[in-house]
Amino acid sequence: MIRVSDLSVNYGAIRALRNVSFEATPGKITAVLGANGAGKTTLLRAISGLVTPQTGTILLGEQSLARVATENIARMGVAHVPEGRGVIEELTVEENLRLGALASKVNISEGIEAQYAQFPVLGDRRRKYCGTLSGGERQMLAMARALIARPKVLLLDEPSLGLAPQVTAELMKTILSACESENLTVILVEQNAKSALRISHDAVVLHLGAVVASGSAAEVAADEDLRRYYLGLVEE
Amino acid sequence: MSSFLTSSFMSNIFGGLAQGVIYSLVALSLVIIWQSTHVLNFAQGAMAMFATYVGMTQIDRGLSYWWCVILSVVVGMAFGGITERVLIRPLYGKPEINPIVVMVGFLGVIEAVTTAIWTSTSRNIAAPFSQIYFKAGGKLVLLSPFIIFQIILAVVIMMLVAALFRFTRLGLQLRASALAPEVARLLGVRVNRMLTIGWMLSAGVGSIAAVILASGSFGLFPTNMDGVFVAGFIAAAVGGLDSPVGAIAGGLIIGLTEQFVLAYWSPSVAPLGGMIVLVAVLMIRPHGIFTRSVSRRV
Ligand SMILES: Nc1ncnc2c1ncn2[C@@H]1O[C@H](COP(=O)(O)OP(=O)(O)OP(=O)(O)O)[C@@H](O)[C@H]1O
Ligand SMILES: [Mg+2]
Repeated sequence: MIRVSDLSVNYGAIRALRNVSFEATPGKITAVLGANGAGKTTLLRAISGLVTPQTGTILLGEQSLARVATENIARMGVAHVPEGRGVIEELTVEENLRLGALASKVNISEGIEAQYAQFPVLGDRRRKYCGTLSGGERQMLAMARALIARPKVLLLDEPSLGLAPQVTAELMKTILSACESENLTVILVEQNAKSALRISHDAVVLHLGAVVASGSAAEVAADEDLRRYYLGLVEE
Repeated sequence: MSSFLTSSFMSNIFGGLAQGVIYSLVALSLVIIWQSTHVLNFAQGAMAMFATYVGMTQIDRGLSYWWCVILSVVVGMAFGGITERVLIRPLYGKPEINPIVVMVGFLGVIEAVTTAIWTSTSRNIAAPFSQIYFKAGGKLVLLSPFIIFQIILAVVIMMLVAALFRFTRLGLQLRASALAPEVARLLGVRVNRMLTIGWMLSAGVGSIAAVILASGSFGLFPTNMDGVFVAGFIAAAVGGLDSPVGAIAGGLIIGLTEQFVLAYWSPSVAPLGGMIVLVAVLMIRPHGIFTRSVSRRV
């Protein structure tokens, strides 16, 4: 469970997050939606300790993440697939996976085999350098690398970016099944509100750094104003 | 066969390789630091020289040659780690010229302190290998047991470093920290610790170069690594600062070039050979021969 209360982040004069509060619960996907510059990435970076908030608290279960170093937040079970996926191109598929498992207690080779079973394409490409992978394959690798450490929380920053609709649909299915089978707390940042809302349980809408709506995904998806003014979902 | 071995051509090959492996070690040590922390460590040679003084002079106290070698490497590694923690870490995220200036200053300090402790008199710590050249068919082959030892030791160290980076957990974390520090941290890698370990490894490799130099005819004195450092730096630039393989190849190229210039032109212009290679390579491949991609980092 992740509980964010009254979180504000400034970059100099830019107020990227303004008093943001919300909760994400285990076994559920919480979508964080909003336009470019809404503060979605900043929110995930604050949770992972990559930016220091001006105000507010972030709790992982009962534990405060304030002043905890990024690598320790990761070791506490928060997996973060960053914007652009963060696949290390100069390493092979297998090395990327191995890296994902190193800091955790899982058996590395068993973990890797389990991911290959889940994502057979990765098994076929295990010795390939990641610079040669397609966008979809990279996203799969990023997911596998995050899941291999058996995290409690999964933060995903625009995983569908640059993927074909077909591939996006597959990916969303994978996210949902991982969430349910591992009882993961998933925070899914997306500009692609339609795909995200389809699999999410809860949703938070950010606009210029502030929460303008939150509730069940169904409620958010049904709200005409939200759809029209914040999510760009109203077809002409 | 024996006339081939004793030919002046082969003599120059042997001489060039013997010198080249030392440059390769220095270049490799520079590349390890460059990759992990983007610092050009101008004090690399001096740090190795200092560690060698601390380690190799223990021979006076009755320590065996091999223990002195190990001690030199250990002292070098500790020195490297402490330097990163104390002098370099506060400078991360600041202009890239800052650590360079600091390390140039540090170079002067180390050489001054060394002179104060041990004087500037050159001394020789003989390795337990003869420096007398072999003979084949009554003629000299410019190879001695010591030169063979020097080449083998350097190659073994390079292979160990390569294996560490390629096949171990630590090596994978070191590579990830250098390639993508933020992603590495998100995966739980203790990147700061990896940077310190990178400096330790680098300084350890540098110390081997200094030990070899001190054990041969060149000897040990406070500025003995200066010329070797410059050649190693050129070798790293020729091979590509991003490429450990390039560093090793660059060292051999510079060593051989210097040897042939020395033999066929004049000893006084030998360093010029390395410069000519450098300028030529940088004109054709500005990032060095072995660099895969051009300025991948932003
Ligand atoms: N490192 C930074 N320095 C200064 N301003 C920043 C920095 N990172 C983000 N910002 C600003 O903070 C605001 C929020 O940015 P953020 O990246 O969190 O938005 P986002 O919702 O992820 O947008 P996108 O959908 O484009 O990824 C924007 O106005 C952005 O310009
Ligand atoms: Mg973003």
